[in-house]
Amino acid sequence: MATPATVHSHAPQGFIRKYIFSLDHKVIGIQYFFLALTAVFVGMFLSLLMRIHMIWPAYSLPLVGEIKPETYLSLLTMHGTIMVFFVLTTAPQGGFGNYFLPIQIGAPDMAFPVLNMLSFWTTFVGFVVILAAFFVTGGAPLHGWTGYPPLSALTSTGPGEQLGADLWITSIAIFCVASLMGALNFITTTLDLRAKGMTMMRMPLTVWSWFITAILGLLAFGVLLSAGILLLMDRNLGTSFYVPLVVVNGVVMGHKGGSPLLWQHLFWFFGHPEVYIAILPGMGVASQILSTFSRKPIFGYRAMVYAMLSIGFFGFMVWGHHMFMSGMSPYSAFAFSLLTMCIGVPSAIKTFNWLGTMYKGRLRFHTPMLYAIGFVSLFVSGGLSGPFLAQPVLDIQLHDTYFVVGHFHLIMGVAAIFGIFAATYYWFPKMFGRMMNEPLGKIHFFITLAGTYAIFMPMHYLGMAGQTRRYSQFTEVAYQQKLLPLQTFMTYAAIITIAAQFIFVINLFWSMFKGPKASDNPWECTTLEWTTTTPPPHDNFGGVTPVVNHGPYEYGVPGAARDYVMQTDPATGTGH
Amino acid sequence: MATYTPTTPIDHIGRGHKPPAPPVGGGDDGSRGGDVPNYGARLRRARLGLICGIATVCMVFISLTSAYIVRQGLPTFDGASNSYVRDWGKTDLPWALLAINTALLLVSSLTMEFARRSAARQAALAPLKSIPGVSLGNEKSFPWLGITVLLGIGFLAGQWLAWGELHDRGFYVSTNPSSSFAFLLTIAHAIHLGGGIIALIWAASASLLQKPVEARRIVVDITAWYWHFMAVLWVYIFALLGFAR
Amino acid sequence: MGLALLLLIWLITLASTYFFVAKTWWLPVGAAASAGFIDRQFTLTFIIMGIVFLAAQLGLGYVVWRYRESPSSPPVTYSHGNTTLEIVWTALTAVLFIGLNLMGSSVWASQRFEPAEAGAVQVEVTGMQFAWYFRYPGPDGKYGATSVKLMDPSAGGEAAVGLNTSDAAAKDDVVTGTMYLPVNREVDLSLRAVDVIHSFFVPSLRFKQDAVPGLNIHMHFKPTAIGEYEIACAELCGLGHYKMHGMVHVVSQEDFDKWLAAREAEKQ
Repeated sequence: MATPATVHSHAPQGFIRKYIFSLDHKVIGIQYFFLALTAVFVGMFLSLLMRIHMIWPAYSLPLVGEIKPETYLSLLTMHGTIMVFFVLTTAPQGGFGNYFLPIQIGAPDMAFPVLNMLSFWTTFVGFVVILAAFFVTGGAPLHGWTGYPPLSALTSTGPGEQLGADLWITSIAIFCVASLMGALNFITTTLDLRAKGMTMMRMPLTVWSWFITAILGLLAFGVLLSAGILLLMDRNLGTSFYVPLVVVNGVVMGHKGGSPLLWQHLFWFFGHPEVYIAILPGMGVASQILSTFSRKPIFGYRAMVYAMLSIGFFGFMVWGHHMFMSGMSPYSAFAFSLLTMCIGVPSAIKTFNWLGTMYKGRLRFHTPMLYAIGFVSLFVSGGLSGPFLAQPVLDIQLHDTYFVVGHFHLIMGVAAIFGIFAATYYWFPKMFGRMMNEPLGKIHFFITLAGTYAIFMPMHYLGMAGQTRRYSQFTEVAYQQKLLPLQTFMTYAAIITIAAQFIFVINLFWSMFKGPKASDNPWECTTLEWTTTTPPPHDNFGGVTPVVNHGPYEYGVPGAARDYVMQTDPATGTGH
Repeated sequence: MATYTPTTPIDHIGRGHKPPAPPVGGGDDGSRGGDVPNYGARLRRARLGLICGIATVCMVFISLTSAYIVRQGLPTFDGASNSYVRDWGKTDLPWALLAINTALLLVSSLTMEFARRSAARQAALAPLKSIPGVSLGNEKSFPWLGITVLLGIGFLAGQWLAWGELHDRGFYVSTNPSSSFAFLLTIAHAIHLGGGIIALIWAASASLLQKPVEARRIVVDITAWYWHFMAVLWVYIFALLGFAR
Repeated sequence: MGLALLLLIWLITLASTYFFVAKTWWLPVGAAASAGFIDRQFTLTFIIMGIVFLAAQLGLGYVVWRYRESPSSPPVTYSHGNTTLEIVWTALTAVLFIGLNLMGSSVWASQRFEPAEAGAVQVEVTGMQFAWYFRYPGPDGKYGATSVKLMDPSAGGEAAVGLNTSDAAAKDDVVTGTMYLPVNREVDLSLRAVDVIHSFFVPSLRFKQDAVPGLNIHMHFKPTAIGEYEIACAELCGLGHYKMHGMVHVVSQEDFDKWLAAREAEKQ
């Protein structure tokens, strides 16, 4: 058995070692990608059921039947958990990060290939465990992806809070371990396996984003693990970490003295860095693609790096902004609020720099570029609702309303997903050796951009009008009944947009087998993955070690022979 | 579809030209070409990975400590008296037994360090063995690794006795918050230490599997640092339970 | 393609902005003393963010169309950025965001850093799966003791909150399922929860606060307009979260006194 830090140089033989328990980061990256693809369709289906139930509460759906209030809440819980963990924390980092981090820094594989393989299969087990929650007695939990106790800590607060909730916590704990293994690998690889000439400040911004994301994960997931263990203990061992003396349905529970706010602090200490984990790789990909398809260097490379580092750093200091209304000290709220406004600044810098990259460039509108442009638009829209929520005095009105739901969906549920789409269309040729179909890609883009705006922009209006979240129907509160037409519009938009995602899936699978063959560098891009064959050989560079002489985004260099200079091109002495 | 005047000698996107072959150079540990692996580089890499792992375990115990402090200090509202009450309680820990366990673990850290240095020496001297006529004398070395494993198992056995003693004194995991944390922290530490023991047994067996001595040295080195961290962590937990009662 | 992108982005931007500016769906009319300042801060944030939104999105659409590659496009302006520009727009953004935040913090401070005015009406709000109960301490001004062992949600009223009727202070406590408040008088609210976290949210009164089991949270506000306002639970609390609904009736001081006296009389 290989000792740690061994890099194997022989390609494996046999189906199992090549495709199932592969140690090759490229295969593992594709495995993560397909896991996320499966998860996103499960998550989307759950949200479709939710949207249909909200406007037609009495409707009995074929196959699914009637959706009772507890079913709605379990759909909501599982939708959030599956999307946040198994899609947004899996595809950008585990999928594309795993595949391209080693190649973009000129390494033959990750630092610890066995650990890499284990981290994928652990994630897979976590996914199986959470899906199992649907099938046990009582069904999936109904406490929301945030799982606040006492609701999540007591088995009698509703169906689904029995074995389903235990499976939910277990799945998340397994996911924590898998992520921690992955984070360790990414950090060690980035720091130790860079090729000669690949200094930190010559790394593509995608690599920076995966590196910083891994640091966030390393420090945040351990806290979630602790929180989950305490919750399992309260549920099963009679401890009272989170649960004070309470009475449920007239029955006095056996806990006392616990603090529900303790869970919120631990959960959000993880939860806030988690949302940056979800978006940073998308930002890295957007920078890479905008630069490539504008044929211009990224505007302000150093500023982009510092911005991502600040986002990561401040990301650990703002968790209290999820708790302004929780009963937390108002003085803490003031402090968290100020820090939250600070984190808006690096995000704004990145947006200015993306615009600056395209300014006076020569833009090529292949599908990856369309998604990168869409990412910028969605990031602006989703980000600008942040300063409303960051002010406690306005959060009084907007907390736990659809305003928040609109905010995080635009950023995580759309912008981050656009980052994944952009990465897929961009790197598909390198991964599978064929090009995806451009016309289908463009149709998919336009419907998805318009559709997602149609679904999520109106949520801000609903929130301002006082529409509270996690309501399975709006029939009981008079002022909410008036908002039903807008909700209906959103449901129709959702049905159309979800249907359009099948265009993407068809394009993906068709192109894998029948797409036109791709050359080694179809986008005329500068970074290391485009210097090697399509797809790359087992050790990424065919026995040679790259030597890097240039920065990552040398497009349109005056006096150069071509409008792009690859990172491994001979040094020109100009210092770029 | 965008059209453009290409400055590059290609006809259209999708049929890019062959990029220049990159020159050969160094940068990794040399194992690409099938040469002798650079064990120094691998050791550095393994230590870096371990630092990341230790950072994570620290975050777990930092969050548990934070929960400990919060739970200890935070009162809850009691409607019967219309006032706030605290319910931390106390735990009668078997201090003498825990002190013995602490001593065992600290000594095991010492023996672990001897094992680590011995492995480093052997790895350093390994290249000399290929010189004809050179002998390194009696190569049987003191079984520091084995002793560490025994001491580690002794620590775990001692912890098991301590938990039994707590039960005898009427303190269970759900008795009061103080006892909940006492069990949680000591059991969490024991689980991590158990992982370390498995790694030690692995390192010891590596010598039986005829792995290169340099590769074995890496395993012993990493496990040793992890082991020292486990000792420091234990001292911390011991102090927390003792002084933050 | 560049034109298509510009048109789509501009269309989405202008359509969204229209509905914001037209206030087709907007904050309900404020009926509390803090509404004036909260709404002004909201509008200020809204205008500033709206300007940034329009500038960024319209700018994005324009840039994407203007710099599309065509045979007649000029060569790219090779540049790694502009440090002066970076510093300038970073500083401006920081001043804008932090300034906006500090402006909003004074109302937060007055609402939450300071206790209720003297002479405030005292009401205790208790949330439980899935109803709100309101307790008035009566002439003695003291809340009687409650006990979990005496709680019986199905019985409603005093039994639902577990009122210990043998406690002297509890004899004049009034427990109802509807909340009555006198207009133009500060309310000193005590928020409690019996089972899980709930949240007491009255949009028209610009008031929201989580009710957390194990805590007794004090908060104050002042209703300024007579009317009936809906309460919607704003923290997921289980199956009936969507129907955990209540009403706040803000009436004249006279009507309030009459109502409270009638409830006290019913207790005899």
